[in-house]
Amino acid sequence: MNARFNAGEKVHVRWADPPGHLRTPYYIRGKNGVIERVLDAFANPEELAFGRDGLPKQRLYRVRFRQAEVWPDYQGQPGDTVDVEIYEHWLERA
Amino acid sequence: MHADHDHVHPHRHPPQPDVEDTPSTYYQRLEEAVRELLIAKGIFTGEDIRRTLEIYDSQSPVLGGKVVARAWVDPAYKARLLADGSKAVEELGIPMDTTKLVVVENTPAVHNVIVCTLCSCYPRPVLGLPPDWYKSRNYRSRTVREPRAVLAEFGTQLPDGVDVRVHDSTADMRYLVLPMRPAGTEGMEEAALAELVTRDSMIGVSLPRAAPVTAP
Repeated sequence: MNARFNAGEKVHVRWADPPGHLRTPYYIRGKNGVIERVLDAFANPEELAFGRDGLPKQRLYRVRFRQAEVWPDYQGQPGDTVDVEIYEHWLERA
Repeated sequence: MHADHDHVHPHRHPPQPDVEDTPSTYYQRLEEAVRELLIAKGIFTGEDIRRTLEIYDSQSPVLGGKVVARAWVDPAYKARLLADGSKAVEELGIPMDTTKLVVVENTPAVHNVIVCTLCSCYPRPVLGLPPDWYKSRNYRSRTVREPRAVLAEFGTQLPDGVDVRVHDSTADMRYLVLPMRPAGTEGMEEAALAELVTRDSMIGVSLPRAAPVTAP
């Protein structure tokens, strides 16, 4: 399975709040970041949680976000970042 | 033995308090029931459970310390560790489980800290069981929100100009911080260096010891 995004590419995390078992933390939904690295594809945990096979596998990415953009009142340095692992179906081109 | 004790006890000693004195909780009873059913159905055996617990007990931050010390003394190993953490720890005889290890390096410009905001994902093969605070809502919610305040509570003050890079282990990766080798340790052997590497320094909430711990 080919990765849809490349390292260095700007991405947007979809804002969605579906029910179920989700691995996209609430605080990062709707935020923009940059692909830090492309990881392997893994069985989709949102399906595994309900006893299904999780196939097709979903590509996983590590996405880096600037803390100052994640938290409007962030107290820290401008270079501070947070890296989050996000599955491809949560990402869009920014 | 006291002469008076050479007989069948006529009196009762108060029983020593026991961990099982309190009534079992809902989840303890649920776990017991599910475990008994799984064993009865032959999904696994009591021996399988014991063996798994044995594996958990054999994992500890000592293993992570060995990995870090090797990276400090061997630049080629360090390069392999940063490129593919799982493969590099397996070189040292530490098997990773189904998750992949990503090693993140502290530098004079970047300090890394690990958290799992969703639950308690932790690099168990190299650090063992997570400390209770790592699983607390306090640590999980604040590390991502105000990492510098959390680090300060662990006694870690970063110099100006150091960026904090938080890693939220939300899925199938596990993270290990490669701390900077403390100044003044140039002459130390690998085994002695490994003892400077604390669990907390590999989670990223603190720095390694500056010198070996000496008996008081």
